[in-house]
Amino acid sequence: MKEGTLTPEEVMAHLSSRLSGGIRDSSIRRWEQGRKRVPHFTLWVDLDREFLKPAIMALMEIQFPHLSVIAGADLGDAIRLLYIFSVQYGSPKSEYMVTFGIELPKTDLTVPTISDLIPGAVFSEREKQEFFGIRVVGIPDGRRLFLPEDFPEGVFPWRKDETGVPEGMVRDLWKSKRPQNRPAPPVEEKRPGPEGEETAPAVPPAGGSAREGEK
Amino acid sequence: MSGEAKKAPYRVPIGPNHPALKEPVMFTFEMEGEVVKDVDFAPGQTHRGIEWMGMRRNPVQIVHLTDRICGICGVVHSLSFCLAVEQIAGIDVPERADYIRTIVHEFERIQSHLLWAGVAAHELGFDSLLHLTWRVREEAMDVIENLTGNRVNYGIVQVGGVRRDIVPEQHAAIEKCLATYEGLLDTLLSFFLDDRTIRMRCRDVGVLSHREALELCTVGPTARASGVNVDLRQDYPYAAYGDLDVKAVLPDRYLGETHGDVYDRIVVRLLEIGESCRIIRQCLSEMPAGPVTAEEKLVKLLATCKKATGEGIGRVEAPRGECLHYVRMEGKDSPASWKVKASSYSNLMSWIPMLRGSQIADIPIIVASIDPCLSCTDRVAIVQDSRRSILTKEDLHRLSVEKTRRLQG
Repeated sequence: MKEGTLTPEEVMAHLSSRLSGGIRDSSIRRWEQGRKRVPHFTLWVDLDREFLKPAIMALMEIQFPHLSVIAGADLGDAIRLLYIFSVQYGSPKSEYMVTFGIELPKTDLTVPTISDLIPGAVFSEREKQEFFGIRVVGIPDGRRLFLPEDFPEGVFPWRKDETGVPEGMVRDLWKSKRPQNRPAPPVEEKRPGPEGEETAPAVPPAGGSAREGEK
Repeated sequence: MSGEAKKAPYRVPIGPNHPALKEPVMFTFEMEGEVVKDVDFAPGQTHRGIEWMGMRRNPVQIVHLTDRICGICGVVHSLSFCLAVEQIAGIDVPERADYIRTIVHEFERIQSHLLWAGVAAHELGFDSLLHLTWRVREEAMDVIENLTGNRVNYGIVQVGGVRRDIVPEQHAAIEKCLATYEGLLDTLLSFFLDDRTIRMRCRDVGVLSHREALELCTVGPTARASGVNVDLRQDYPYAAYGDLDVKAVLPDRYLGETHGDVYDRIVVRLLEIGESCRIIRQCLSEMPAGPVTAEEKLVKLLATCKKATGEGIGRVEAPRGECLHYVRMEGKDSPASWKVKASSYSNLMSWIPMLRGSQIADIPIIVASIDPCLSCTDRVAIVQDSRRSILTKEDLHRLSVEKTRRLQG
């Protein structure tokens, strides 16, 4: 590897040399702002699925890449996943974002985990599993992350096909009421008054604190 | 207590409401006596499906949705979203708007860091300092109100620019506020950093190593306190930051060493307040004249957005670290895909190494030290096999304060 900071073209050339044949499409996008029009660069690289991990390893030869997030989109017959990295952080005005896009056909929604390379990735991988219904093979922790435990199985909020959030789930939300089958609170609720009359509900009031305007 | 009930480790669920900030997240601690052996957490207690809502609205409507993702970070989400859309639609933001975005962005950082400093002082049982920081924070809130019209949910950023200009009459108010903070910073630094008790409670507590910070994708002050040189304002210029000379605030530049502990996180945040004042001052003096938006007419703006196709990523350095929005437009009213990555999203994983091996009384300050942003607290249950007892937020806070008093002797 060349010493010092690389140009975006050099980063792209490095990736191409390590991933011969695996790159489907690539582009370097430049965007300028401010008075001096100092540019920042984003490298968009579309890959075949099996080249995802080699691509990350190629990035690691430059610097341990920062994984921002795994984004995604439902394209109809496939799910597009976008692994958003950045390298060369710490060098003023020469950090580049590198995004690796892969497509998973809906007939085979599996992708290998990258958490063996970047342990923090498991957070985003868990989210993609529950929101897109993909399967991350080898994920060390496959539990749900953001969706509640009683969210129905087989409904994936970011899908645009029949497995997405059904219309009725939103339109008839008012019908859902307060869940009845919740476990009892760990201790008895405090009941004011010597007569033991029930005043406070068994559940704490939802949302809202004194400072809700602030946060 | 029966012999069985004493068997360690105990499983201690804390949450889904939060012990330190008023933010819901479910913690499960494996305790051995006072020491945390292991920890697990489950966020998502207030998942509102904002991305799902956004995919059914147009970009101009989404901007106002992004304003409401967080009450503290009122500008970072709308700014990242607009940056993404502007890149897809090829909208060139006027220079003056870049500067106004930067100024509001920095005031937001000042008030957020001061709010955090107050929370940290409160968790340690130093309530006079809480009242001081929150009182002086009001000056930044007043300036934000003066500039945008609101204390929270500013509604200042719009696709293509900003919605309000900063006029010369407002400079005096800004200047007065900056002077207050610059005069106060040394006092605040000495209150926090020279205090023997704060040092005892924060030094080498909740340590996150440089390597862990990298591997867990940590961002912002949490990463910088562990010695990772990351700051988008320095590395990946956006808005007016390309014109400025911003340097990431790292603890070793101030103290000559990096511990990656709670103390270092205080150092980084306090020094960043001074850095923000410097940035605002430079922006005010160098702000170019001109329009503040690329397109005033919303109908025209919407038409431009509607024609846009492609993918874009907007990324800004929020007070808590990198905030990222991914947008995919397919020539329709609403985006085909929208992913919001808030800064705390990247920082939550770092709780695990920080909390492992720490004491139960240190949980509030460690959890607060990454400045998590989720949302309201109520109670904490302690489960010891079949025996159950409730620890309220106040009890946890009391434990933390008692530890401070114990250390003070």
